[in-house]
Amino acid sequence: MRQRNYGPWYSAPQGLWLTLFFAAPLFIIIVYSFLKKGLYGGVEPGFSLAAWHALGGGTLLAVALRTLLVSLVATSITILIALPASYSIARSSNQSLRLFLIIVPFWTNFLVRVYAWIAILGSEGFLNDALRWLGILSTPAQFLYNQGTVVLVLVYMYLPYAILPLFSTIEKFDFTLLEAARDLGASRLTAIVRILLPNIRGGIVTAVLFTFIPIFGAYAVPLLVGGKDAYMLGNIIADQVTKTRNWPLAASISMAVTLITGIGALVYAYTSSRPAAPQVDDAEDDLDYIIQAEALP
Amino acid sequence: MSRRKVPSFSDAVFWTVVVFLFMPLFVLLLYSFNASKGGTFTGFSLVWYERLFFGSDQLWKAFGKSVSIALGSASLATFLGTLAAVGTSRYKFFGKGYVQAMSFVPMILPEIVMGVSLLVFFAGLGLKLGMATILIAHTTFNIPFVYLLVSARLEEFDSSVIEAARDLGANEMQTLLKVIVPMIVPGILSGWLTAVTLSLEDFVITFFVAGPGSTTLPLYIYSAIRFGVSPVINALSVVMVVGTVLLVYPSRRFLKAFAAGA
Repeated sequence: MRQRNYGPWYSAPQGLWLTLFFAAPLFIIIVYSFLKKGLYGGVEPGFSLAAWHALGGGTLLAVALRTLLVSLVATSITILIALPASYSIARSSNQSLRLFLIIVPFWTNFLVRVYAWIAILGSEGFLNDALRWLGILSTPAQFLYNQGTVVLVLVYMYLPYAILPLFSTIEKFDFTLLEAARDLGASRLTAIVRILLPNIRGGIVTAVLFTFIPIFGAYAVPLLVGGKDAYMLGNIIADQVTKTRNWPLAASISMAVTLITGIGALVYAYTSSRPAAPQVDDAEDDLDYIIQAEALP
Repeated sequence: MSRRKVPSFSDAVFWTVVVFLFMPLFVLLLYSFNASKGGTFTGFSLVWYERLFFGSDQLWKAFGKSVSIALGSASLATFLGTLAAVGTSRYKFFGKGYVQAMSFVPMILPEIVMGVSLLVFFAGLGLKLGMATILIAHTTFNIPFVYLLVSARLEEFDSSVIEAARDLGANEMQTLLKVIVPMIVPGILSGWLTAVTLSLEDFVITFFVAGPGSTTLPLYIYSAIRFGVSPVINALSVVMVVGTVLLVYPSRRFLKAFAAGA
C-alpha cells in the first residue's frame, strides 16, 4: 500500500523548536567559549583561547577536582545504599507499597527538601536543639556549609533516582540462579557478587548515570547548604554569568561539564549495547519508570 | 522457597532509607506548628498557616505564575511532542535520526548548562527576560519527556488498526484524530502531567531565564530560604505535600482506570 510520507510534517514543529531553543543556544555557548570577554559582560568579536586556558588555572582546577570528587563520592554512597534497598523492594511481597514509600517524599518541591535539611542542620535547627536538650552541646554547632553536608544532601536528593532503575532490573532477575549458586556451594556474598551483580549491570549503569549526571551539574544544593568553600562547577558557571560577567569563561566551563557528562552518556550507550548487558529497551523502561514515578506517584 | 523470618540486611537498609527520606519532612511538619520562629519548639500554633494564607500575597502571586507557566508549557510541549512521536514512530524520513537525538540529549544535559545557554541565547536575541522566556525554556525541557512517554505508548500500538482505517478510506487527519490519538490518550495525559510537574518543580533553568516581575514559586521559595529559616515555608511545604497527595492520587487512579480501559 502506498501512502504519502507525513513523517516530516509531524516531526518538523518539534524539530524546529528544539533546533531553535536547544541546539542553537548550545552552539552559541560553544562559539562564545572561543571569543574574547566583553568589558561589561557579553563577548567581543575576536578569537581567544583565554576561557579554555583558564580551565587549567589554580582555583578553577581545584573546584573542578572537588566537583568530580564530591560527585564520585555521592554517587558511590547512593549506589551502595540503593543496591540493598532496591533488592529488598524487589524481594518484598508488597512491592508497590515499598515503592510508594520511596517516592512520596519526592512529592515535595526540590528546594523545600533542601530547605528541610537547613531546618535540621542549621545553627538554630532541629539537631542543635536536640543535642542541647540532651546536654551534649552547650553552644550551637554549625553542621551546614561544609563538604560532608553537600554530599549528605546530594545523596538524599538522588537516592530514588538510583533505587528505581535498580529495582526494575533486579525485579526481572531470576532469583533461582542465586539458589543454584548456593546449592553449588557458593557463599551468600559470592553468589551476590558473582551472579546477581553481573546480571543487573545494566541497571547499575543506569543508576550511576542518573545520579552522577545531575550531581555533577549540581547548583542549588552546594549553593544553599555548602557555601563558598564547597562550591561546585555549577556555582562557578552561575557566578561567571550573573556576577563576574565573564561569559566566555562560563561558556568554557559549561562545555567542560557537558563533555564530561557526555562521556558518561557514551559509556552508558556502549555498555548497554554490549551483548551481555540488558538491551537499550530496558534502559528506556528504566527511564519511563523514573519519569512516571516522578509525575504520577 | 522458604522465606527467612529474621529481617535481612537488605530490609534493614530499606527501612533505614525510608526513615532517612521521611525525617526531614517530619521536621518541617513539626516546625510548621511551632509558635516561635526559631528552632526551639515553644508550643503549638497555627500562626504560620495563618500567615501563609492571609499574609503572603507575593507567595500566591508567584504560585499563580508557576501554575500558568506549567499549564502553558506542558500543553505546548504535549502538542509538539505528541506530533513528533507519531511522526517518528510511523514513518521513515530524512532527519528522523536528528529529531530523535534532539529529543534525547536535553534530558542528559545538566540543567545549569541549559539554563546558561538559554540566557545567553535570549540576551543575544535581545529578548527581555520574563514570563515569555520562562515559557519557552520550560517547553524546551518538557518536550523530551512528553516525546518519550508518547513514543512508548505508540510502540505498544497495533499498527494494523491504522491500516484498517486507511483501507476503509480514512484520510491522514481522520486516522490521526479518530484512531491514533484516542488510543494513545493515556500516554499523552501522562506526558502532560509529567510536564506540569517538571515545570512546577524547576528552579535552576528558571533562575537564569526569569526577569523582574516573573518570580515563580520555586524562585520565591529560593529567595525566602536563601538567608535561613522561614516558618511560612514550613507551612507551605506541608500544604504542598498534602495538596499533591489530594491532586495526584485521584488522577492516578483515573489514569490507571483509563489505561486499563483503553
